Amino acid sequence: MGFFEMTKTALRTVLSRPATILYPAQAAKRTPLTRGHIIFDGSKCISCSICQRKCPAQAILLSKEAKSWQIDRFRCVMCSSCVDTCPAKCLSMDPVYTAPASAKGVEVFTITYVKPPKPEKKEEPIQ
Amino acid sequence: MTKQIIVPFGPQHPVLPEPIHLDLVLEDEKVVDVIPSIGYIHRGFEKLVEKREFTEYVFIAERTCGICSFIHGATYCQGIEQIMGIQVPERANYLRTIWSEYSRLHSHLLWLGLYADSFGFENLFMNAWRIRERILDVMEQTTGGRVIQGSCKIGGVRKDISNAKLAEMNRDLDSIKREMEELTTVFLKDDTVIHRTRNVGVISRQDAFHLGAVGPTARGSGVAIDLRKTGYGAYGELDFPVITDSCGDCYSRCLVRCKELFTSVDIIQQAIAKIPDGPVDVKVTGAPNGEFFMRAEQPRGELVHYLKGNGTKFLIRSRIRTPTLTNIPPLVKMLQGCDLADVPVIVLSIDPCISCTER
Repeated sequence: MGFFEMTKTALRTVLSRPATILYPAQAAKRTPLTRGHIIFDGSKCISCSICQRKCPAQAILLSKEAKSWQIDRFRCVMCSSCVDTCPAKCLSMDPVYTAPASAKGVEVFTITYVKPPKPEKKEEPIQ
Repeated sequence: MTKQIIVPFGPQHPVLPEPIHLDLVLEDEKVVDVIPSIGYIHRGFEKLVEKREFTEYVFIAERTCGICSFIHGATYCQGIEQIMGIQVPERANYLRTIWSEYSRLHSHLLWLGLYADSFGFENLFMNAWRIRERILDVMEQTTGGRVIQGSCKIGGVRKDISNAKLAEMNRDLDSIKREMEELTTVFLKDDTVIHRTRNVGVISRQDAFHLGAVGPTARGSGVAIDLRKTGYGAYGELDFPVITDSCGDCYSRCLVRCKELFTSVDIIQQAIAKIPDGPVDVKVTGAPNGEFFMRAEQPRGELVHYLKGNGTKFLIRSRIRTPTLTNIPPLVKMLQGCDLADVPVIVLSIDPCISCTER
């Protein structure tokens, strides 16, 4: 009985499209929610370093002095914890996976955000 | 008396997805004793709990296992919520239940594939994994991760599933169910498969109970324990049977898992029908102060997360007891008296997950 079940499945498999894709030639399956890699927008970062503290893999290093934000793509576990906690919304998750690399290293980004000057208080006339 | 020889099985062996070492004491072709040893992939997760904030440890708890990852994360979150007295919204509980059952489906289908592979039925292995891929696709569409979902957080879930998507999942499950019916027929009715699994690796109800078997290993011997019946998450509001079989051999354990596939589908469909609207998370303030034993049903059996906090952001103790650890003593009992050629099938029949075991 089981034999005939297998025959049915086998015949259907022969007649249908393959279940696998030819990966490097064809793009991998991805959905809008897929966690591929983190994108950093230096023009919005306010250097609060919450992302660094909330990263369970310790992949992010932020330097206020050097105005740099760096990520170790090999440490990053794509949990998107930093994306959720970023108050300035300068981090986002892209569904495309990180490209393979032949050497380990960190990616360094420059923070270009400039704090907008506070509106000057009008000097009140001394009475 | 026949001369005894010791044959090492593992840590690297074609049927083992992960490293466990068994020293098989043989008399001719018969296994008379087994000396198991683990410790090849210890990663120190329980120590790491002191170094990461409790809200971030969810991601690490999830990575304890690469198959039942969602249930690890959910169990950890439920434990912390119990310590802190957080009431999770109903919708979040239902979503956790739905994802847990999807994990169970994917884990059981993975196991069926590996099991078929262990007795040399490569084609069946590929068929099982093809169905599993459809389950993983749904996981990725709803959470963003195929295997590591990362959708659980303390106080609820991070992602909501729209009602339209839930309805689509419900329809999809009907066709997955039909495919699984064909697949399980081969496991349960095919003469070749029955010949390799019937009366192989028998463990009695008494032995299974006393040696602490859990999950399908216990249920295959007739011990009706299923932690889902304690009603955590949304399981209390859903109706499902505890599947048991009385023979205690490899076939019984396979039968239990095959039937559980359909129970899981049924649970998901019930949950989709009952899921209430509303928020999916609550705001969490403060830090856990206290301790809790959280128990949950993994695809492999009972999972225990012991968590202890002292009111700071860092927990002071976490202990994870996974089902495979408790299933090793019954495995040793099953292997005693079997043929050497049956060892791979019997080892696979407990669904060993060694990364879980060593954490």
